[in-house]
Amino acid sequence: MRRIAANIAGQCLALFAQFITAPRADWRGIEPVNKQRIYFANHTSNADLPILWTVLPPALRRVTRPVAAADYWLKTKARAFIGPEVFRAVLIDRRTEHQTEDPITKIVQALDEGASIIIFPEGGRNRSDDPLMPFKAGLYNIAKARPDVDLVPTWIDNIASVMPSGEVIPVPLGCTVTFGAALHVGQEEAKDTFLTRASNALVALMPQREGAP
Amino acid sequence: MMPNMPTETTASIFVIFGAACALLLIATIAGEILRLRLSPRGTHPAVETYVTRLHSWWAMVFLLSLALLTGRTGVILLFAFASFAALREFLTLTRKTKADHWALIGAFYAAFPLQYIFIWFGNVGLFSVLIPVYAFLILPILSALRGAGTNFLSRVSETQWGLMICVFCTSHIPALVTLDIDGSTGRSVLLIAFLVLVVQIGDLAEYYLGRKFGKTRIAKSVSPKTQAGVVWGTGFAALTGLVFFWITPFAPWEAMLIAIVIYLIGVGGSLVLAAIKADRGVKNWGHLIPGQGGFVDQMDSVVFAAPVFFHLTRYLHGS
Repeated sequence: MRRIAANIAGQCLALFAQFITAPRADWRGIEPVNKQRIYFANHTSNADLPILWTVLPPALRRVTRPVAAADYWLKTKARAFIGPEVFRAVLIDRRTEHQTEDPITKIVQALDEGASIIIFPEGGRNRSDDPLMPFKAGLYNIAKARPDVDLVPTWIDNIASVMPSGEVIPVPLGCTVTFGAALHVGQEEAKDTFLTRASNALVALMPQREGAP
Repeated sequence: MMPNMPTETTASIFVIFGAACALLLIATIAGEILRLRLSPRGTHPAVETYVTRLHSWWAMVFLLSLALLTGRTGVILLFAFASFAALREFLTLTRKTKADHWALIGAFYAAFPLQYIFIWFGNVGLFSVLIPVYAFLILPILSALRGAGTNFLSRVSETQWGLMICVFCTSHIPALVTLDIDGSTGRSVLLIAFLVLVVQIGDLAEYYLGRKFGKTRIAKSVSPKTQAGVVWGTGFAALTGLVFFWITPFAPWEAMLIAIVIYLIGVGGSLVLAAIKADRGVKNWGHLIPGQGGFVDQMDSVVFAAPVFFHLTRYLHGS
């Protein structure tokens, strides 16, 4: 029963997101085919996850699970329904003192069950003026644990204008989600080298608009 | 069908619909022949774009005819939706900061719906001033209250421009329905068909003949439109105006002159919108109409022509 309700809620959410932002997927580096992937994306707004989730074709959406913060998604009843049940999120507690199991183990377990993963490697919403904050080590550790899975840089554009942080009413503006070419961690590659490389691959997908600041 | 629409008007809509379908059928057959010859595996980009465009054209002809047949309600709903989609495309590309959030909310959730409500009531006095006067004054106040910031004037003007083009100008297409022509609104819905036919047929003639025969561009670095193309376009627009004069209150020569005026304004409109695209470094305004780009790409010329056509008609035959 809750499963069906979650499905319907998911459809409604996708429809709403499509109406507001008419999000467009730009499959620049990969094809939208059913292959196990780790999508890593920039994070500026709470609307990031719904938009990325919406542009995935339904067949891919069904096997894709976002990694999300337990301290955010379990706070209220509505969030506890949307996060774990609609998005089937892999919930991670960012507060180390509350962690009952290793977050990386949990994510790797989801990968071993065949799921694709959405992860925001900045570890929180970016409120700075830079396009990206430095990545946390999580992406590296996951990549090391399952080196064969494709890591797909995913740039979500324009969400910050649709709903700037602190605002509650979204403005209907177009959004684009750009999927770049997949990368893998090298056998000998050091953590920082890899994280910089991944971060650069993601920033490279940012649309360049001349004239706009 | 609107109960108060005269059967004569309904019959005219079917005649125009039939003519548009006949033209599209010829174009579709030509497209399929080209496809068999040049692009049997769907690899020839020009042919494939042409075929995709035709599919969009079919959809547009059916949607517009259906809207015209339902009269005021259908027409206003169709163009309100197009307006919304266009405004979304436009404001996606304009400069804005966090301080403009409430101004944008005002544009989308107040100015846009109010404009179409005023059109629904046919209140020319209100829908002519809502955006140029009230939105123009109030939206910048909202931005200033939220903390102004850099590029204030450009941000404010860009938002206002989006509203003018995508809501004010676009809403003058359905506004034609409310025109009281020589004592009756019974046939005014046909003015929309006239406007769209004249401008679009002129545009198509300019596109397919001008790119073939023309050399000198009318606006270098902005648009591939050529002088010869615009001459061809003007000719076809004038001819279309003459052929369809009977759906308007105009005399044949009047219909032809007005067709030329609105076609030329339309050409100017697509130049201006192309210049904005070039400035922002994008090829299309959006992606929602297959083969055409966005709503603004599709409607650019008609949108510029609409207020001019509205006021010319109102001045000459309004009562």
